[in-house]
Amino acid sequence: MTNTSSPLSSPLANSLRSGPDDRGRFGIFGGRFVAETLMPLLLELDEAYRAAQADPEFRRELDYYLKDYVGRPSPLWFAQHLTEELGGAKVYFKREELNHTGSHKLNNVMGQILVARRMGKTRIVAETGAGQHGVATATVCALFGLKCTIYMGATDVERQKPNVFRMHLLGAEVKPVTAGAGTLKDAMNEAMRDWVANVADTYFLVGTVAGPHPYPEMVRDFQSVIGVEVKEQMTQAEGRLPDVIVAAIGGGSNAMGIFHPFLDDADVRLIGVEAAGHGLDTGKTAASISRGRPGVLHGNRTYLLQDRHGQIEEAHSISAGLDYPGIGPEHSWLNDIGRAEYVGVTDEEALEAFQVCTRTEGIIPALECAHGLAHVMKIAPTMAKDQIIVLNVSGRGDKDIFTVAHHLGVKL
Amino acid sequence: MSRIQTRFAALKKEGRGALIPYLQACDPDYDTSLELLRAMPAAGADLIEIGVPFSDPSADGPTIQAAALRGLKAGATLGRVLEMVRAFRETDNETPIVLMGYLNPIDSYGPAEFCFDAAQAGVDGIIVVDMPTEEADLLDAHAREAGLDIISLVAPTTSNSRLFHVLREASGFVYYVSITGITGTNSASAADLEKALPRIREATSLPVAIGFGISTPEQARTASRIGDAAVVASALIKTMASTLENGQATERTVPAVLKQLESLAAAVRV
Repeated sequence: MTNTSSPLSSPLANSLRSGPDDRGRFGIFGGRFVAETLMPLLLELDEAYRAAQADPEFRRELDYYLKDYVGRPSPLWFAQHLTEELGGAKVYFKREELNHTGSHKLNNVMGQILVARRMGKTRIVAETGAGQHGVATATVCALFGLKCTIYMGATDVERQKPNVFRMHLLGAEVKPVTAGAGTLKDAMNEAMRDWVANVADTYFLVGTVAGPHPYPEMVRDFQSVIGVEVKEQMTQAEGRLPDVIVAAIGGGSNAMGIFHPFLDDADVRLIGVEAAGHGLDTGKTAASISRGRPGVLHGNRTYLLQDRHGQIEEAHSISAGLDYPGIGPEHSWLNDIGRAEYVGVTDEEALEAFQVCTRTEGIIPALECAHGLAHVMKIAPTMAKDQIIVLNVSGRGDKDIFTVAHHLGVKL
Repeated sequence: MSRIQTRFAALKKEGRGALIPYLQACDPDYDTSLELLRAMPAAGADLIEIGVPFSDPSADGPTIQAAALRGLKAGATLGRVLEMVRAFRETDNETPIVLMGYLNPIDSYGPAEFCFDAAQAGVDGIIVVDMPTEEADLLDAHAREAGLDIISLVAPTTSNSRLFHVLREASGFVYYVSITGITGTNSASAADLEKALPRIREATSLPVAIGFGISTPEQARTASRIGDAAVVASALIKTMASTLENGQATERTVPAVLKQLESLAAAVRV
């Protein structure tokens, strides 16, 4: 495995991988719905990103950090015991939880921090839900000596204490946001307010494939290293591509990263798993595609949980990383053209999968990817034994043990 | 001539700039905000900006965020805001009304239907905070057909060449967001404004309203002289909020806001 340099490769023009268009749109989704104050900054960022893409030195630098600092490539693990227990398709794990900082988040953060440095920015702001993106951002800011402010919903600060402490250790300022339900949506609003007030020196380091153009494209490109590696590793392991790829979705960056290199491989089914919360029809859900409709929030048009008057609704999920009422615009487009499928998994099902994974494979997954695993547990038994599923294990679950203990009635 | 053109032409004759107060619709309830709206022209409002409550006002500071939440709690919807404008037009057919809000409620209502209904209700212009020029084709044609002005926003970050791009098809007036920041926080100095306005006037002959961070009569006077209008929002809402008890209006609410409005209005007339 030497190929960590492909996330920036450009696809053919008639490919499903050629989006977005020059207005930043995937079909009707995406765009740049921001205040005029920010618009010149987005244009500047777009220019800086194109220049970085065209610069071989940028690629070399990124590859260096991905290999020696992030720890790429991440392994593709054949989950033999889980496969036997489920009694159907072979299940592989893409082990993104083995990256430095314990999730896929660092792939994107490493790319963007190099762009921010090229732009001469000295201060970084970011939003975080579960805290994985916040930790990854605080980490690279420590590495490069940049000032770092992380906005995190007050509810999430409470349920993700270990990550809050990690960010403090890394020298970041963590600002709890009490507006709304105090979750990722509110943290995103507050990060945008900070950015607009500090445009001269500040870079907004978006953690998922959402927000105004060029963020969805740029984050996807940096995360595509996941899918590029899977393609190569699966070809080595099985001599062919997988039948199904499954990934959990909050904003959708780990899913977009593993899906994107496979978009033109029509035989590979792509399944995004949204958090259904208490259940898709309980009103306490985070399943934007299954239960939302298109609208405009946080700079892009996409599927949103909203009432009939266009007011955004609070999402609900046991997993702080999935607790968001929107989804990346490219996912909305992939749903509408039928290239990817989007399903829901409840809090309960995710908790069950979390325990199964830990018991059978000795891997404690993040609650986010436990949602993906819960869906794998539903479909693997219905598939033939020579079929192959890849699950993106996007993060490790150490941060979630308090939440899980609470739900299992255990006092730590 | 539209109400906006007529009003700015009249003020030019008077030799002074406009005062544009802001209120958030249904804050703290429909009846109180309608009462306030109806009383604003007599207290010195030249144009009036009505904020349309949105759940995620990402360009607004804490004061307007809280106002939006109170408005939503009191049942504000885009339809209800138009109802308020219709009620206002029963007693005032001259004071221009501009709605300011975020795109999603309009998108949800339907852009064409909204522009038609808003014009019918007596709205003169709309400011959509999160709809830059690059995305304005969503509303432009519908607004033009309905006779609504889409008020263009420009900011300190808008470059000279971009000013021409943004203001190429602007109508009504131009709204200058005078600070890089959210509503009700910092204020631009007179020197900042003196520097910015010639840049904007190069690109447009429309009147320029200055907003964000204008709270005192002195600041309103300065902005209305350097520009053509001063928008005062958070300062009025702060006053209103200070009169509420458990989030409800009291008998002090409307008089307190009007008293402050009168002192601001006096300042732009000196």
